[in-house]
Amino acid sequence: MSVRPVFSAADIERTLRRMGHEIVESIPDPSTLVLMGIPTRGAVLSQRLALILEDIAGHPVAQGSLDITMYRDDLAGAGHRSPAPTTVPDRGIDGAAVVLVDDVLFSGRTVRSALDALTALGRPQAVRLAVLVDRGHRELPIRADFVGKNLPSALGERVSVKLEEIDGLDEVVLEI
Amino acid sequence: MKHLLSTKDLGSQQAVSLLDTALEFAEVAARSVPKLPTLRGVTMVNLFMEDSTRTRLSFEAAAKRLSADVMTFQATGSSVSKGESLHDTAQTVEAMGADIIVVRHSAVGAAEELAHSGAVATPIINAGDGTNEHPTQALLDAATLRSVFWEEPRGRDLAGLKVLVVGDIAHSRVARSNAVLLTALGAEVTVAGPEEFLPEDVSSWPVASTTDFDAAIHAEPDAVMMLRVQHERRTAGDQVSLDEYVNDFCLTEERANRLPADTIVMHPGPMNRGVEIASAVADSDRSVVLEQVRNGVSVRMAVLFEVWGDRS
Repeated sequence: MSVRPVFSAADIERTLRRMGHEIVESIPDPSTLVLMGIPTRGAVLSQRLALILEDIAGHPVAQGSLDITMYRDDLAGAGHRSPAPTTVPDRGIDGAAVVLVDDVLFSGRTVRSALDALTALGRPQAVRLAVLVDRGHRELPIRADFVGKNLPSALGERVSVKLEEIDGLDEVVLEI
Repeated sequence: MKHLLSTKDLGSQQAVSLLDTALEFAEVAARSVPKLPTLRGVTMVNLFMEDSTRTRLSFEAAAKRLSADVMTFQATGSSVSKGESLHDTAQTVEAMGADIIVVRHSAVGAAEELAHSGAVATPIINAGDGTNEHPTQALLDAATLRSVFWEEPRGRDLAGLKVLVVGDIAHSRVARSNAVLLTALGAEVTVAGPEEFLPEDVSSWPVASTTDFDAAIHAEPDAVMMLRVQHERRTAGDQVSLDEYVNDFCLTEERANRLPADTIVMHPGPMNRGVEIASAVADSDRSVVLEQVRNGVSVRMAVLFEVWGDRS
């Protein structure tokens, strides 16, 4: 197995900032904005994006995390899975412009699960998707609205996103 | 976890992980739509060869919150012969599409025997086998202890807690399962009851035992778990005098007042008010009986989720 670097720590920081600007531009009323990160790494990225958006927009942005374990379509016989906490900001998500945040967009099944999980929490006015890496190979008609990097990859390859808060360093690599 | 048959099969780590999962499920209960699609299309069958109300209802509630379908077979112990007929019934409900079977039976080891007999391939959950075990009750008691005593229960065991279990220990599957599980989770467990109520092999249990309830209260337990006198499991010559029992082992207001202020009172139900617990204590602020019932649903959701995930 060889490893090809995709993003350095500085690349991740710059990319998230650019995505932050795109989010602010596309959602005219930032007071309706709610970021919902998908655990584990999506939740961390969502927290970082919230800080960047606060910096850009000049006021705090509502942020939470959305666990999708219980909404997966491949649970039977999938072995042990531990759900992560779901946290919803005090304002709830009714009428909000929710931006789902995840690290890698692949088959699209996680996002489908997330859309189901959201409906159990309320009725957003709109739902958008932000991902750090889009590696292709979609199995469902789902696309991202804010993409850090489009990374063409072969099915057998693995995109590994490492984040300081969990892994002790920031980097994205492609394992070939 | 292919089956849940005995608390002995649960290590501390696996139990903590189950309880953490149950915590997430407990939060679902607070939502406006307290339902998850997790077990959509899965059929859970309650196979109850012995009377039960709350355990059966609790499993049913747990399954329904996970969108599973529920079928219930309830027979009284006397109308069904043991052994073969349990196998036959289990095979019948499996043929009808059961994906998970929850078994309660008056015979010790019934669930274990069914799981290992090869009669069915379906995951089996033990909902009480005679005087032997009641693993989901012990799990819900552990969940209640965690959430009462730890501000952030996630990932934690019960190390440092002292639990006193009082009553008909010998005939209690709740006591047996709790002795194993709570001890595995690091709690210090003491069982108390009259001599006739203590199991003969209590020295081989991982607990301390006493016949002096008042001395056990003086030792300042964090939780007191009161058990029902199981008249139905006692033979005629084996009964203790009710008056004497109430006198020595009822958790009266006077006894409760001698407990530390933050000691909680637990009871697996159904309660015999005035026998093992005074009404005023059962309804006092110390009582976490309804909290136990609530945790029962989320713990059983976690167990169903876990056995389904490990289905081969």
